[in-house]
Amino acid sequence: MRLAVALPIVLFVWFCTMIPAVSGGEVLVWGTAWLPQQGIDLDFAVDALSLLFALLITGIGAFILLFADEYMKGYPQRGRFTLFLVSFMLAMLGLVLSDNLIALFVFWELTTITSFLLIGYSHENATARRAALQGLLVTGAGALAMLAGFVVLGQAVGTFSLREMLAGPERLADHPHYTAIVVLVLLGAFTKSAQFPFHFWLPNAMAAPTPVSAYLHSATMVKAGVFLLARLTPLLGGTALWMGTLTAVGAVTAVYSAVVSLGKSDLKQVLAYTTVMALGTCVLFLGAAAPGSGEGEPSRAVLAALAFLVAHALYKAALFMVAGTIEKATGTRDLTRLGGLAKAMPVTFAAAVAASVSMAGVPPSVGFIGKELLYTVGFAPDTIASLPWAVFFAAAPIATIAIVLATRPFLGPAPVYRKSVREGPWALWCGPVVLGVVGLYWGLFPEFPFMRLLVPAETVVNGYAMHTAHAPWHSTGEALALTLVTLAAAVLGFWKRAAVANALARIGGLVPLSGDRAYDATMNGLAAVAAWQTRRLQSGVQRHYLLIVFATLGLSLAVTLWVKNVIPWPTRVAEATFLDWSLAALVAAASVVIIRTRSRLLGICALGVVGISTALIFLAFGAPDVAMTQLIVETLVTVIVAIVLLKLPDFRNEIWPSKPARLRNGIVAVTVGISVTLLLLAVTGSPPQPDLREYFERTAVPGGQGRNIVNVILVDFRALDTLGEITVLAIAGAAVFALLLPGARQRQGVPPPGTAEAGARAQAWHGSIMNTMILRETTRRLVPLILVFSVFLLLRGHEHPGGGFVGGLVASIGFSLYAFVFGPQAARGILRADPRAVGAAGLAVAMASGFVGSIRDTAPFLTGQWGTLAGLKLGTPVMFDVGVYLVVIGVVLTFVLGIKEHVAGTRGQQGNY
Amino acid sequence: MEPIVAVIVGVLMAATVYLMLSRNFVRFIFGLALLSHAANLVIFASGGMTRGRPPLIAPGASAPPPDISNAVPQALILTAIVISFSLLTFALVLAFRTYQELETVDTDRMRAAEPTSAGADAGQRAVG
Repeated sequence: MRLAVALPIVLFVWFCTMIPAVSGGEVLVWGTAWLPQQGIDLDFAVDALSLLFALLITGIGAFILLFADEYMKGYPQRGRFTLFLVSFMLAMLGLVLSDNLIALFVFWELTTITSFLLIGYSHENATARRAALQGLLVTGAGALAMLAGFVVLGQAVGTFSLREMLAGPERLADHPHYTAIVVLVLLGAFTKSAQFPFHFWLPNAMAAPTPVSAYLHSATMVKAGVFLLARLTPLLGGTALWMGTLTAVGAVTAVYSAVVSLGKSDLKQVLAYTTVMALGTCVLFLGAAAPGSGEGEPSRAVLAALAFLVAHALYKAALFMVAGTIEKATGTRDLTRLGGLAKAMPVTFAAAVAASVSMAGVPPSVGFIGKELLYTVGFAPDTIASLPWAVFFAAAPIATIAIVLATRPFLGPAPVYRKSVREGPWALWCGPVVLGVVGLYWGLFPEFPFMRLLVPAETVVNGYAMHTAHAPWHSTGEALALTLVTLAAAVLGFWKRAAVANALARIGGLVPLSGDRAYDATMNGLAAVAAWQTRRLQSGVQRHYLLIVFATLGLSLAVTLWVKNVIPWPTRVAEATFLDWSLAALVAAASVVIIRTRSRLLGICALGVVGISTALIFLAFGAPDVAMTQLIVETLVTVIVAIVLLKLPDFRNEIWPSKPARLRNGIVAVTVGISVTLLLLAVTGSPPQPDLREYFERTAVPGGQGRNIVNVILVDFRALDTLGEITVLAIAGAAVFALLLPGARQRQGVPPPGTAEAGARAQAWHGSIMNTMILRETTRRLVPLILVFSVFLLLRGHEHPGGGFVGGLVASIGFSLYAFVFGPQAARGILRADPRAVGAAGLAVAMASGFVGSIRDTAPFLTGQWGTLAGLKLGTPVMFDVGVYLVVIGVVLTFVLGIKEHVAGTRGQQGNY
Repeated sequence: MEPIVAVIVGVLMAATVYLMLSRNFVRFIFGLALLSHAANLVIFASGGMTRGRPPLIAPGASAPPPDISNAVPQALILTAIVISFSLLTFALVLAFRTYQELETVDTDRMRAAEPTSAGADAGQRAVG
């Protein structure tokens, strides 16, 4: 696993080579198209801001991976852990380097998911699971809002590319959707960067193994929100809304969490709350950055925020690793049970001191420079007057904490530890030492980090360069004075820390509401709503479900049509002929009969009337193919319904719904009926969209080699759809066959359909009832004619009305007639194959026709191919249609023969229809 | 003709809903049959209806005359008819086999998968 360290090192070196170019203002770009139709591409751009973050991610990442390799010894599935950590690193790099907002969002969510996996790494621990889910839900919900914000932003600017957005001339402040964009984007940034009141997930996330806390939950991932704010400042910043929200939220977060951290004794909890403080401070200063035009000299709030961010990343990663090392050595990370480790762990102690110096803001450290900048900006004339005091009330407790962290575990009397305490291996202390030393070194020699990294990044965020270079050691008198006051207050706080902790505990008990409790209440509420609606809606009664579905359909249609006000008054009624009115009247009358009748035979007849009237409508309005299909299907339906209903109880003993229920069902039914009528009126009243039909009409002959446009669509243009549909048919045939296999409770011992026994029984049954001489003789002569006619229909289909569906149905009618007169066994005899095999062969033929083009000239699947053989024009669409023909025959005969054989051997309600 | 078809579809839909809400599985299947007719007519009317001019191209011509009926909904309906036929058959056989196994066609009494519980009873009372 140690090999994984090579990846961040290589990347870090690679990013380092970019420093000279990028600090000069250059932007390095890589890109590849992803979803160019939607304006979403995997474009990566390295400017000074993203380079700063990329260096932090890879630089600290290398030490974290090294540390984790040692720290995680003894944990199960370390390979998986390393995979998650490396995945996170790459996702985080994608986040800071993405030029496309949507791609940025995707990487953002990838960090959320890897964070979830890493927090919940000890998944057998309920606390870890809860913390993982909480982090996922809080940051995920924020990210969802942010995505909406991104989409609105992209619509407003006309691009998702950050570079194009930022290059645009205008700020968005005057856009009508500006407020919505800002609120949505801020929700994403604030949840990710744990701003009050969404901060609570971050301390809980300390359930993760310590390397994760050090990397994701202090040094990198939680800074994504800050990064996003900095990134979008040139576009969205500078308004009262932006500045007000950021400063208020940042200040509350910073002061609140700094104070809370004083009351914690768990090392990781202390570090978590100070992390929240640092994030709040960065947000506060990004918000305090006044809009500047480059004229005059505005405050350097952005530089202050970035310098503080870098200082924090360095010392916090180091301190987390120190905390992990201490826990590893002593078995505890409770500050009250630690002490006297300095002698046993001198290197760790040194690293802790170095990092704490930076944390406390004591010179010479980069932390000191960061805090000096904060104070200097705070006292600048163009910032808010209370700014320095917000910083003071956040910085003083943090300095106290820094003293605690550097002294408490290491000095004083040593308690009795569970094991003998030793300095850990180099992999554990290497990271803290290097990061601590860098923090001090950059404090002494700030020229490189400031001039090469921070000031160029500041320029990117501000959108213009400052006139004067920054002099890191140049503090104003007020700032220096406040620094001294801060340190004094910190020492005082350290001295009286027991009293402070007691006071905080008392105050904390008074606060009734916390984010954590609100989260629990929300989750419990959601669960309660889910339970309630499940009880209400999922009754297990079929009619109940249908009632809900239909009532929803009717109401939503009616409300939509009413709100949209799109119902046109029908205008073309006058064109209707006597035939049209007669068909309408027939359908209406037959529908009423079906509803009211208590005779099954009458019901079947009325169904037939509706079906045939529909077929006549198709015929009258230029759809001969459809009409033919409908007529033949109607015949088959009537036959099958008649066979099956014979075996079901008639309607005489039916239990009807109660009278009020019937009335309510009627109301729902009429509502749905009227809504659908109005919908169809609205649809047919609006102008048609002729593009598709015109395309098919234009290309049927040149592209599809056919003159029956319907058939050309079915077997050529949309052959893939048809292939799907005949597959569904085949599945239905298989399902019916499976249903007809003898069931568990079958008492009569019915043999499975298709077996010799079933055939013999059915045959015997037939022989007893079907002995009409005229019918037998007619059938014997008619069936061959029907079969020949079906082939004729199949072959002419591409030019004239006909085709595989109709042909197959006609052939099925022929076989069915034979089966009715001579018995199913005889029909199987003339078919000479199991109908299931015929259906499967049909599917195979249809599929094979699709590959001909692929093999001949690598055309896509189901591209039509045409050629002439012996003067006969042949094409793969015809072959496809033969497949359709066979599938239809196979499936319909599976139905008919299976049902006949099954029903023949079954006793049933042999009553009246 | 489209407004008349719209009314026909409304009548068919109302009949469908009413039949499907009854307790008898056989009536439910009648409703299913009507539903497919209604759906096919909706598709047909949505594409615009043209009297008596099938979407065929005369021999020798490369394109049809301009005022033929729309072939797209016809292609959709043609497969829909066959598929709804197979669905109807499946439902019928299912009803038949259910009756053989459970000896009832009353959907309220088909409770093998979801045995009656307090919540279900409430639901049953609610639907009458």
